[in-house]
Amino acid sequence: MLKNLCQKMFGRSLWVYHANSGGCNGCDIEVLNVLTPYYDVERFGIKLVGSPRHADVMLCQGPAMRSTAVALKRAYEAMPAPKLVFAIGSCACGGGIWFDSYSVMGPVEKIVPVNYYIPGCPPRPEAIIYGVAVALGLIDKKTSPVEFKQLEFPIPRYHPSDLRLEGDLVVYTRAEKV
Amino acid sequence: MSVLSKLEETLACLKAGRVTLPYPAQSQTVPEKFRGRPIFDAAKCIGCGGCANNCPAREILVFDVCQEVRILKYLGRRCTYCGRCADVCPEKAITMSHEFENGTNTIGDLGQQLDLFMSTCQRCGRCFKPASALEELKMKGYRFDDLQNERWIYRSKAYLEGDAVADDIAIELD
Repeated sequence: MLKNLCQKMFGRSLWVYHANSGGCNGCDIEVLNVLTPYYDVERFGIKLVGSPRHADVMLCQGPAMRSTAVALKRAYEAMPAPKLVFAIGSCACGGGIWFDSYSVMGPVEKIVPVNYYIPGCPPRPEAIIYGVAVALGLIDKKTSPVEFKQLEFPIPRYHPSDLRLEGDLVVYTRAEKV
Repeated sequence: MSVLSKLEETLACLKAGRVTLPYPAQSQTVPEKFRGRPIFDAAKCIGCGGCANNCPAREILVFDVCQEVRILKYLGRRCTYCGRCADVCPEKAITMSHEFENGTNTIGDLGQQLDLFMSTCQRCGRCFKPASALEELKMKGYRFDDLQNERWIYRSKAYLEGDAVADDIAIELD
């Protein structure tokens, strides 16, 4: 549903506002790398703007910090109505390594609603382009949750019923499996 | 003079050719030593919890349902892809793959969860030796993390919730 809405709302050029709320600058450099001639995203109409009032998309980098949370919230509120928020990097997605320290409040989704997540520390420029393409509905996402359940006990349980009398010897019939 | 320099610049630009990578159309290969998403091999995992103890982002949670079943949950959200879990794994059950295209709209997509049977005694069905309360304090692998709220709780079995730590001392306040 979100995908259809995105295609409808953001059919044309996306203007991107780049908000760092206390990251280490690694993700900033990767985002700027996306705009260089090598990964030229301006061919897709994506353009970096300086003000959140002109932007369709906010790229959040860095965790929500105690000092910058209010500014981040205000920047989000200043954006015009159909808006997307991308959390770029593991700090924005989950709070980073120092997620439980005093000055870090946690992932940015605690402050602003996040629509798309691009994990990585920092994510490769290709990963950022891929995340934007997923958001625009050009490609399907590759990841899905993995859950594994062991149903059988790997080693057979010892039980006296498995003992068998062979002549003079008492043989444990499932001995090979142990 | 200025015209000549402009021409020189044009020539230099033409010589460079096209540098833009055809990324979304063609898939991009990563360097050999690139560390992407860690993949947990449940068939090899013995559930020692070494990865959980060595994770700097503390995002591998361990929860012991009972004595025999252990849940290992990898969240994937604040992973820095440092590869320490893969380094420390004694069974090489964790491999750092080359997957980097992990953009999703739900953060739960990145998680991996393993439910494992732990080895127990063949005869009595219990773990090998009940550790004393003092030893359990030192046991790093035995943890009761909060899987719902994705919290890392480091607590020894000696202080289970509901157990009074010192119930023989009753302190009365006025």
